[in-house]
Amino acid sequence: MSGLRSEAGARGGPPLALVNARVIDPASGFDQTGGIVVADGVIADIGPHLARSGAVAASGAHGIEAFDCRGLCLAPGLVDMRVQLREPGEEHKETMATASAAAAAGGVTTMVGLPNTKPVIDDAALVESIARRARETSRVRIYTYGALTRGLAGKELTEIGLLAAAGAVGFTDGTQAVADAQVMRRALLYARIFEKPIIQHPEEPALARNGAMNDGEIAMRLGIPGIPAVAETMMVERDLRLVQLTQGRLHIAHVSTRSAVNAIRRAKARGLNVTCDTAPPYFSLNETAVGDYRTFAKLSPPLRTEADRRAVIDGLKDGTIDAIASDHAPHDTDAKRLPFAQAAFGMIGLETLLCITLELVHNRYLALPAALAKMTHAPAGLLGLNAGRLSKGAAADLFLFDPERPWKIAEKDFHSKSKNSPFDGRPVQGRVLRTWVGGRTVFHLAD
Amino acid sequence: MTSTAPASSFGRFRHRHLLGIEGLSPDEISLLLDLADSYAEQNRAHEKKSSLLRGRTVINLFFENSTRTRTSFELAGKRLGGDVVNMQAEASSIKKGETLIDTATTLNAMLPDVLIVRHPDSGAVQLLSEKVDCAVINAGDGTHEHPTQALLDAVAIRRHKGRLQGLTVAICGDILHSRVARSNIHLLVGMGARVRVIGPPTLVPSTIDRLGVEVFHDMAAGLKDCDIVMMLRLQLERMHGAFVPSTREYFHFYGLTREKLAAAKPDALVMHPGPMNRGVEIDSEVADDIPRSLIREQVEMGVAVRMACLDVLTRNLRSNQAAE
Repeated sequence: MSGLRSEAGARGGPPLALVNARVIDPASGFDQTGGIVVADGVIADIGPHLARSGAVAASGAHGIEAFDCRGLCLAPGLVDMRVQLREPGEEHKETMATASAAAAAGGVTTMVGLPNTKPVIDDAALVESIARRARETSRVRIYTYGALTRGLAGKELTEIGLLAAAGAVGFTDGTQAVADAQVMRRALLYARIFEKPIIQHPEEPALARNGAMNDGEIAMRLGIPGIPAVAETMMVERDLRLVQLTQGRLHIAHVSTRSAVNAIRRAKARGLNVTCDTAPPYFSLNETAVGDYRTFAKLSPPLRTEADRRAVIDGLKDGTIDAIASDHAPHDTDAKRLPFAQAAFGMIGLETLLCITLELVHNRYLALPAALAKMTHAPAGLLGLNAGRLSKGAAADLFLFDPERPWKIAEKDFHSKSKNSPFDGRPVQGRVLRTWVGGRTVFHLAD
Repeated sequence: MTSTAPASSFGRFRHRHLLGIEGLSPDEISLLLDLADSYAEQNRAHEKKSSLLRGRTVINLFFENSTRTRTSFELAGKRLGGDVVNMQAEASSIKKGETLIDTATTLNAMLPDVLIVRHPDSGAVQLLSEKVDCAVINAGDGTHEHPTQALLDAVAIRRHKGRLQGLTVAICGDILHSRVARSNIHLLVGMGARVRVIGPPTLVPSTIDRLGVEVFHDMAAGLKDCDIVMMLRLQLERMHGAFVPSTREYFHFYGLTREKLAAAKPDALVMHPGPMNRGVEIDSEVADDIPRSLIREQVEMGVAVRMACLDVLTRNLRSNQAAE
C-alpha cells in the first residue's frame, strides 16, 4: 500500500462497524436491527448487539470506525448469475471495468459471465485469462461459465473437466440452445462427474428462426415474425426428459412462459434435479412494451403475454423459479437503432436488477428477504459459489440500500458503457446507497 | 381550431406522416378517398398538371425493387408540380454499409418536403420518420403495411360498387407475409365492410381474426356471395416446400379460376395488387376478363390516391408553417 491509510474495513485498514442497520441475511433468515463489524475485508462480527454505535465503543475494540446505517437495509451483495461482459472482443459495448462499475452501482458484488465473448471461452487458458483480467480491472468478483460446446457450435463438447479445474462454474452455450438432443444428453451425462450444472437457453431454434418478438396478435399487427411460446416449452420439456434419462444437473435460464414454469414445477415435484432463473423484464413487462417497434424491448427470450408475466411471478412465489439474474446484455446504438428485425436482442440489467425486483416486494408478491434470496445465496448455491451470505469469517461483500426511496431510472445515470434499457424513465422504489467488496467501498451513491 | 388559418379546413387529417392505415379514423380515410376521386377526374383530363406542390421536393427512397409503385408516386408528385427525385438503394450508399438512420439524416439535410419510403423491414419507415423533419409516406414496409395500396383499392371498389359499407370482400392467398392484406383489412373493416381471408393455414396468421375478419381455408366456402375477390401475389420463394408444397398444388386449391369465382356473386369483381403470377394465384382467363377485373383501374387509381396523400400531407406542412 502506497503510504496512504487503507479504508476502514478493508485489508490493512482499521475495523469498520456498520451500525444501526436492518441486517438481512436471507440464507439464515436473520432480519433484525443490528450491525456488522468488518475487519481485514471479512465479516468479524454480526448481530443485534451492534444496533447502536455505543455498543461498538462498549465492546472496547481499538481504533474502530463506526458507520451509521440509519436503519436502512444491509444485505449480502447480490450474486448475478447471468451477465454478458463483452470483454474480450467487444469492448466498445462493455468491459469488465464498466460492467463492474454498473454491478457495484446495482448492489451486485459477484457476477458470472457467459462464454459468448470473442473468442469464445471454450479453453482452460481463456478461463484463467478472464480471472486475471477481472483481478486487474474489476471492482466486483467475476466468475465465468465455460462453453458447453466448442465455439458454441452445438456439436463437440469442450474440455469440461479442464475448464472446471481452471475455474469455470458451469457450462452453457450462452444465448443459444444446444439443439442436438444427443449432444445435450452426453453433456448432461459427462458433466455429472465434475458436479457442475449445465445452463440452457431454452429455445427450440427451428421454431424461433427469424423470429424477433413473441408470436401473437401484436407481432401479427406489426408484421414482425414471431417466436412462439412453445419454442421455449418444447426445449424445456425435452431437456427435462434428458435430465430424467441422465440424472444430470440442469439449470434453465431466463424462463419467460407460463407453460415452461408449469413444466418445471411438475418436474421439481417429481424430484428431478433441475433449477431455473428468470430476469426482471419477464415479471415486470409484457409484449406490449415493444409498442411501435421499440428495439430496447427486443429481448431473447422475447417479452411474452400478460398471462406469462403473471405465471413467472407465481413461479417466483412458490419457489419453482429459484433465482433472478439481470441477463445483462449490453449493445451499442448501432446494434439497436435499426429496423426491429435487424436489431440485436437484449438489454442491460445490472443497475436495474434490484429496483425492478423490489417491485415484487412493494406489490406484496414476495417478502423482502425472499426477494433478496433469489439474488444472493440461491444463485450462489446453484453454482457452488462461496458468496451471498452474511456470516462470521465470510468476505465482507455487502450493500446498503433504502428499499423505499423513490427515483426514476435514467439512461444518463447508467455506469454501463451501453444504455440499452427498456426501463429508461420508469419510476421505481429502492435505491442502492453503498456497496462493499471485501470490505472496500466500490460504490457510493452521490447525494 | 376555428380561429386558425384557412388551411384548418384540412384539419381532418391529423397526422404528419402516413405510416399505415391502422390509426386512421374513418373520416380521415374518407377524406383521402374523396380527394383521390377528384384527382382521378383531373388525371383523365387533357391537362393533368397542377401547381399545388410547386417548389416542394419529394424524394422517392426505395430500399426494395419496385417499378409500378415508384412510378406511380413519381407521376403523382410531378402532376402536382413538385420536384421528384428517385433514389434506389442499389445506386446509393446504403449498400456501402450506411445505416438507415444515417441515410435519414443525410436526406433530411437536403430539406425535402415529403419522403416516400419502401423498405423490406417492418417498422423501418416509422424508424426513419422519427429522424426527419419532413412528412413521410410509407410505400410498403416489410410485412407490416402498404397504406396507399389499400387506399387505391378502396377508391377502385367505391367507384364500382358505390360504397364500402356492407360489402363482402375476400382477401385470398399469402396473408401472413402481406402488407397489402394488413392495410386492406384495417381499411375495409374500419369502413364497415365484411372481410374474409382465405388461404392455407401456413399462410394465414392464427391471430388474424383479432382484426375483425373471418378466416376460411376453403376457397369455395370463402368466396360464397362475395362482392369483391382480392387476390394477393404469392412470393415464389415461399413456395417449394416452405409454406406450401408446390406451385401446382397451390394453384389447385387457391388459384382463382372461373370455376371457383362462380361461388361469388354474379357481379363480383376481381382485384390484384400486381404484378400477377399467372397460373399460380390467378388464371389468365380470369385476370384478362375485362368486365370482371378491376386490375387496370387499380393502377390508374394508384396515381390519384398518391396525389391525394401528397396533397393532404403538404397542406398539413403548410398549415404548420403558417401556425409557427
